[in-house]
Amino acid sequence: MAQKVYAGKTISVTDDGYLTDPNQWTKDIAVEIAKEEGIELTDKHFAVIEYIREKTLKGDALTIRTIGKSDVIDTKGFYELFPGAPLKKASRIAGIAKPTSCV
Amino acid sequence: MANVQDHPIKKVMIICSKANIEDVYAALVMTNGAVMEGIEAKLFFTFFGLDAITKKHMKKLHTAPVGNPGLRMPGGLPFPTLLGILPGVEAGVSAMMKSQMEKVDIPTVDEFLELITAGGGEIYACKLAVEMFGLKKEDFSEHVKDIITIGQLYELAAGEGTQIIFV
Repeated sequence: MAQKVYAGKTISVTDDGYLTDPNQWTKDIAVEIAKEEGIELTDKHFAVIEYIREKTLKGDALTIRTIGKSDVIDTKGFYELFPGAPLKKASRIAGIAKPTSCV
Repeated sequence: MANVQDHPIKKVMIICSKANIEDVYAALVMTNGAVMEGIEAKLFFTFFGLDAITKKHMKKLHTAPVGNPGLRMPGGLPFPTLLGILPGVEAGVSAMMKSQMEKVDIPTVDEFLELITAGGGEIYACKLAVEMFGLKKEDFSEHVKDIITIGQLYELAAGEGTQIIFV
């Protein structure tokens, strides 16, 4: 467990940088985490992030597949928005726990 | 112990040589898993593995009920090999495997190939096996990028931090 300052607030994060409490998340924090990942957030990013937050906070376990099937974005677009490891990066920026799915 | 960040795996070349559901899925899960982690991934099908990317067969993969000691009846008892030789048993066992996979939300072969290629992974068929089975480019799924030789496979594998995995 570690502490980090994002957008002027002290936030507790895991060793690999995921917020431990999704309720501490704000859009400003998302912008700063995204910068660490080398991503400049656009409205399209935020649409995906909000979808991920909404579903996850409801208790659904998300996968790249389920996100790719949503109305918000397709799989290819998801990889383009968050290049490299989209589910991990998007989860981190969305202030939720590190994903645990295998598919 | 070396820090895991020091030498990350940069590329995986996964070779699938079998058409059993379990072997094909092992290759698909590993390839897609690599793509999800941002690792460059190339999946190469050879010999019987070609069934998994052939339009005609990819939806009809089976699991072998004969000579498969890990296979059990729904209650947990070992599956008798002699039962496996009866007509229809292999299809039945395979259908059960597929329904079980669907329950835990594992994608179909076709959808897996789509996920892999959407994330930048590449699918190849082995030229030698393709010739041996008398197949053509148009027999394969649209997700197959090319039919290549083993020499080309090694060329694609070049670079530091590559792993070659044979299924």
